[in-house]
Amino acid sequence: MLKQFRKRVASSLIVASIATLSSAAWAADLEKIHFIVPGGAGGGWDMTARGTGDVLMKADLVNKVSYQNLSGGGGGKAIAHMIETAARQQDTLMVNSTPIVIRSLTGIFPQSFRDLTPVATTIADYGAIVVAADSKFENWSQVVAAFKENPRKVKIAGGSARGSMDHLIAAAAFKGEGFDARKVRYIAYDAGGKAMAAVLSGETPLLSTGLGEVLEMSKSGQVRILAITAPERLAAAPNVPTLTEMGNNTVFANWRGFFASPGISDAKVAEWNKVLSKMYKTDQWATVRDRNGWIDNYRADKDFYAFLEQQEEQMGALMRELGFLK
Amino acid sequence: MLDGILAGLSTAIMPTNLMMVMVGCFVGTFIGMLPGLGPISAIALMIPITYGLDPSSGMILMAGVYYGAIFGGSTSSILINAPGCSSTVVTAFDGYPLAKKGQAGKALALAAYASFTGGTLSAIMLLIAAPALARVSLSFQSSDYFALMLVGLSAVAAFAGKGQVLKAWMMTIFGLMLSTVGIDKGIGVERFTFGLTDLMDGFSFLLLAMATFALGEILFSILKPEPDTSAEENSALSEIGSMKVTKEEFKEVAPVAIRSSILGFFVGVLPGAGATIAAFLSYGLERNLAPKDKRDEFGKGSIRGLVAPEAANNAASSGSFVPLLTLGIPGSGTTAIMLGAMISYGIQPGPRLFVDNPEIFWSVIISMYFGNLVLMVLNLPLIPYIAKLLAVPRTVLLPMIIFFSITGVYLVSFNTVDVFIMILVAVIAIFLRLATFPLAPLLLGFILGGLMEENLRRSLMISDGELSFLWERPITLTFTVISALVLITPLLLTAFNRRRVKKSEFVDDCD
Repeated sequence: MLKQFRKRVASSLIVASIATLSSAAWAADLEKIHFIVPGGAGGGWDMTARGTGDVLMKADLVNKVSYQNLSGGGGGKAIAHMIETAARQQDTLMVNSTPIVIRSLTGIFPQSFRDLTPVATTIADYGAIVVAADSKFENWSQVVAAFKENPRKVKIAGGSARGSMDHLIAAAAFKGEGFDARKVRYIAYDAGGKAMAAVLSGETPLLSTGLGEVLEMSKSGQVRILAITAPERLAAAPNVPTLTEMGNNTVFANWRGFFASPGISDAKVAEWNKVLSKMYKTDQWATVRDRNGWIDNYRADKDFYAFLEQQEEQMGALMRELGFLK
Repeated sequence: MLDGILAGLSTAIMPTNLMMVMVGCFVGTFIGMLPGLGPISAIALMIPITYGLDPSSGMILMAGVYYGAIFGGSTSSILINAPGCSSTVVTAFDGYPLAKKGQAGKALALAAYASFTGGTLSAIMLLIAAPALARVSLSFQSSDYFALMLVGLSAVAAFAGKGQVLKAWMMTIFGLMLSTVGIDKGIGVERFTFGLTDLMDGFSFLLLAMATFALGEILFSILKPEPDTSAEENSALSEIGSMKVTKEEFKEVAPVAIRSSILGFFVGVLPGAGATIAAFLSYGLERNLAPKDKRDEFGKGSIRGLVAPEAANNAASSGSFVPLLTLGIPGSGTTAIMLGAMISYGIQPGPRLFVDNPEIFWSVIISMYFGNLVLMVLNLPLIPYIAKLLAVPRTVLLPMIIFFSITGVYLVSFNTVDVFIMILVAVIAIFLRLATFPLAPLLLGFILGGLMEENLRRSLMISDGELSFLWERPITLTFTVISALVLITPLLLTAFNRRRVKKSEFVDDCD
């Protein structure tokens, strides 16, 4: 999805200029935050930054919020900008997500999260294995049985290139069943919507995607979610089984979070986290979160850093096994 | 269903919603007119405003902005050869030559009528068959898309002048090659990027179109200044205001507009195609259908060549609401943004939308009729004034176009490197023009190339490397046969004509 937006979306100038709305609040905790969005307007990163900024302002936590869309190089452009202009980015947060880990592993950009200051991850989405409502697969164990019989027949669609997140989720799920991850036949589509169309049209039997993108569609009965990669069942989807409860210990969270430029003081990071954790308790946040189907997943500062390292290890191992890394 | 339609009608004619249509159309047209800014920019701009509205009004506003922007995009294509968005690139092929001939007013009026026809006909088709059409949009698989792109490519001769077919093919292949630059979409490998971050996303279609057409045109006219024709020009300019379309012309383009609307609508319904592809396909189709004497006008200011893409792209933009509303699948960047907005209203588009929220579903569709009327009423009286832009002295107009096309490209990516790439492409384009290479096939190859490759690779993976998908699926087979016919027929005809000529000569000899 992000990839599609990054490519097609234009716009940002106008958006950026009208977004510089300010509300004169007296008791705001922070004077201003400037969000850098490495992709175009309307994409997942963009929605995260604008959703968060909106709540921060409405809850009078920050006086002034502004946004800047800076797409290019799979997010590499924005990372380079954060590093090169670090000195004047004292109030800037860049939004990013799991791809920053994957893309720095594959070398799409030379930097990694270590070159920035991770501030916090705020929300997460879990991976989901989905079939069309009329699919012959009723549950995950049938998929496993079919895969055992002939892995070539169990093709799985996703909305991004091979070696990117949707592929890795699918590969991890099958690997968790003890199969060779390289045997997974992943079909890449250039956007999540097109992958979904392929599954509904019967072109591919399975879809690997984010839960947030299919939750509503499963409620309306178009698709069936066979399994998710959450550690335990979610309040938002109590009927959807997790892989872990079926004896497959694959857990994967696609986080979204914020980074600051390198060399930002610890005090500033703490200030940001104070504001973000306050934001979590507001009703406005609950509204925006539920509206977008996000799941709370707050990890601040050092915690976030450790999580990133752990994810880098998990992804790296999988990508090596799949042959995307030497 | 009738209840739903009536509920939708009563929602759509609420004063607030009528106002939303007007505002949406106006804002959309205005933004669309600016080169480089298209429907995505326009809608992204409206999103924060729509949060404060109720869902129907918000959707009606965004829909208005969407087709307004596509409508407005044709203006800059026609007047200054700088397309407002990718779906109006084809409009420039014949619209700009018409304007150069001093018929800008007529061209703009025809574009407005064509857009109106496309928009209205597709709104009617939506109203009658939206739920049923959902199946159509799901009937297409990767191999079908691949074959559809083949049909598009086979129409390349349509984008070439007389005796230029070989050159047109060379440019098409050049376009196909350019489409491979960037991170490839199947495996995620970098191709021809030379390690440059700025090339990773590949070239943007709009950049190529602006560079080869708008910028190339200007630089070319500076290089090769036409003989001073100010007297002639003045007389031509006095006619710019005239937007009269004769009865004969109306008769000529009416079937074109209807055919293109239907074609455009169905291409728009497919989540993997879209308005740009629709415009290219209908242009190719119309050139092949045109009688011989009219065919040579294509690319030089044919009114058929102007009406076809204009009707098709508007019809396609309404058509793209089918997968969005009935399946919840966005077929383009624009509809993806609208999907995001709908979900944040707590509305999940899908098969249940017109059961659960009929007033939203139908009011959006019904508002499209009003929208198209509003666009006509809004734009027709303005045409004489807009067209006056061309009366601006060339020494002022040319720098203005350079300014707008460069800022337009910059606004797409906020990347200064894109501006340099654009200038480089424009310089190459000038050399190609001096060698009389047609540039439209380059754009055709580029836009179809990426989609063709992706879909071919997917089809091959799905069929485990077998080529059998080419004949196993009826849709694929049909398209493959059509493209083969389009390619072979002219050859056969030439051969046949030659033989007949020989035969008649032989008969003559006997006499």
